[in-house]
Amino acid sequence: MQSTAAIEQFAGKGAARAARRRLKGGGGVDARPRWWNYVLLAVVLGISIFPLYYAILLASSDAGTIARNPIPSVLPQGNLLSNVIEVITSDIDFWSAIVNSVLVAVVTSLSVVFFATLAGFAFSKLRFRGRKWLLLFVIATMAVPVQLGVIPLFIIMAKVGWVGDLKAVIVPGLVTAFGVFWMTQYLDDALPYELIEAARMDGCNLLQTYGHVALPASRGAGAMLFLFTFVGSWTNFFWPFIILRGESLTLPVALQQLQSSYFKDYSLIMSGVVVSVIPLLLLFILAGRQLVGGIMAGAVKG
Amino acid sequence: MTTTTRPSRTSSRRAVLARLDVRLTPYVFISPFFVLFFLVGLFPILYTAWVSLHEWDLIRGQGEFVGLANFQFVLGTDSFYKALRNTFSIFLLSSVPQVIAAIFIAYILDANLRAKTFWRMGVLVPFIVAPVAVSMIFAKIFADQSGLVNNLLMGMDLPAIGWHSDALASHFAIATMVNFRWTGYNALIFLAAMQAIPREIYEAAIIDGTGRMRRFWHVTVPMLRPTIIFVVITSTIGGLQIFDEPRMFDTAGSGGASRQWMTMTMYLYELGWGPQVSFGRASAVAWLLFMIIIGIGILNYLITKRIATAGGPAKTER
Repeated sequence: MQSTAAIEQFAGKGAARAARRRLKGGGGVDARPRWWNYVLLAVVLGISIFPLYYAILLASSDAGTIARNPIPSVLPQGNLLSNVIEVITSDIDFWSAIVNSVLVAVVTSLSVVFFATLAGFAFSKLRFRGRKWLLLFVIATMAVPVQLGVIPLFIIMAKVGWVGDLKAVIVPGLVTAFGVFWMTQYLDDALPYELIEAARMDGCNLLQTYGHVALPASRGAGAMLFLFTFVGSWTNFFWPFIILRGESLTLPVALQQLQSSYFKDYSLIMSGVVVSVIPLLLLFILAGRQLVGGIMAGAVKG
Repeated sequence: MTTTTRPSRTSSRRAVLARLDVRLTPYVFISPFFVLFFLVGLFPILYTAWVSLHEWDLIRGQGEFVGLANFQFVLGTDSFYKALRNTFSIFLLSSVPQVIAAIFIAYILDANLRAKTFWRMGVLVPFIVAPVAVSMIFAKIFADQSGLVNNLLMGMDLPAIGWHSDALASHFAIATMVNFRWTGYNALIFLAAMQAIPREIYEAAIIDGTGRMRRFWHVTVPMLRPTIIFVVITSTIGGLQIFDEPRMFDTAGSGGASRQWMTMTMYLYELGWGPQVSFGRASAVAWLLFMIIIGIGILNYLITKRIATAGGPAKTER
């Protein structure tokens, strides 16, 4: 181990041996994991997964069995598919809720990535008066609890006739302060001035420079921002719950209706929960690595 | 054709256009955020103050100017103080254990593990489950009669807990949902901060002969201080506006028979869209909560500044 070699040189062999012993276990660089690291992590993982597994257990059961045995059997039973089908075809239009959730999440995420990269390109690479102050303003807005403005927002939406319309959920989320800040930070390091100059020499105006140089350079951070926004949109409840009506619900709002109308049949309620989780779980299995990387990069960079 | 006969003119026009491009385009690029923020963020927040001074409802719209009457009404209800108490109680029960657990999980993850990405992804799974779905699952786990926890307790001959009837128990159940969803997320933030701690500091501590526990308390935790402050501040802003989990804790969604788990945002919703349909009163609650959050934000800032000048390790934070 390199660090103990250094200790051996400075403090002698005994100190190095003691240091090597102390370095084992968690904490600190080069630390070797011991068996209890894995045991504890397995416990943490079990706690993270358990509620989802519990939901699947109930979703694959039926109302009678759940009422008789409050503690479900450890293995899923066979009713999951039929329960899911019953929920999707029930009078709460779950199928269109899925379609709506996908639509809202995809449109907002794409838009956030596009506009945040545009603003991030300007803030990180272009010179203009007030740049520093405007960026500070963007950062400061992240601390404003905008959710508390719901009443006037509702009044505005009622004025333009968007109550019950998906547009009312999509439009306020088209670009976020977090996204702008994130892309500014990223492009500051990732986009060399030489590339911008080369594009300008070729006669690109700034918009073309953005399209040819900045947008491709931000692909990695853009993917992370897309994932974050997607998860945020998919799990968003408060505002959609207030503004959406009738036909055009997103999944969390549909789940709320399911809970209040099928409150006696837990197998159906949990089937709805499982249906709402699965699409994001698939996305997570495919791209969770990027999400982890994004959270960790965001923590260190700032 | 002027363009062909006088090339000097076009090139000068092109130069003007290019100058305009350089001067104005940056503002065009950043404008979408500012336009949207003013329309759906800043203006509604400020306009909330105006609405709170009026009689105003869903059906008839703007009514008479009533001064501070809405504030007087709200501050005169029991519900307001219950909501305030519940919000802070749930917030404390979720933020404090969450930060502690997240630091310990990060500490376990901060070793040279096999299958690193697998473990990191594992702790992040709860984050992708919507709060509404989390709440529906936990409402069943914490159900009073048919719930998992109470039946396990009774199986061990212990008394069942009134998760819905007792105020503190309901706060604990709701805080558990919040902790479930956010602990892993925060653990990854702490993990990143731990990995940024310079290894020389650990080496120096090892040469001084400090054991693992002392290294954790005297090196790792102090070096994490800025990150802890960051996590606490962000969770304050979100935590005091909590709505989804308590709203879905039972089917009625009014916060319990005696409002034992109704939060401030739930009270706001009930005043605005419930039977009273009073946007004026709901706005008063929104504005009061807004001022509480800003006040705590300022308090946080002052405490942070105090700690920073007291001489902690200086590190920039996002």
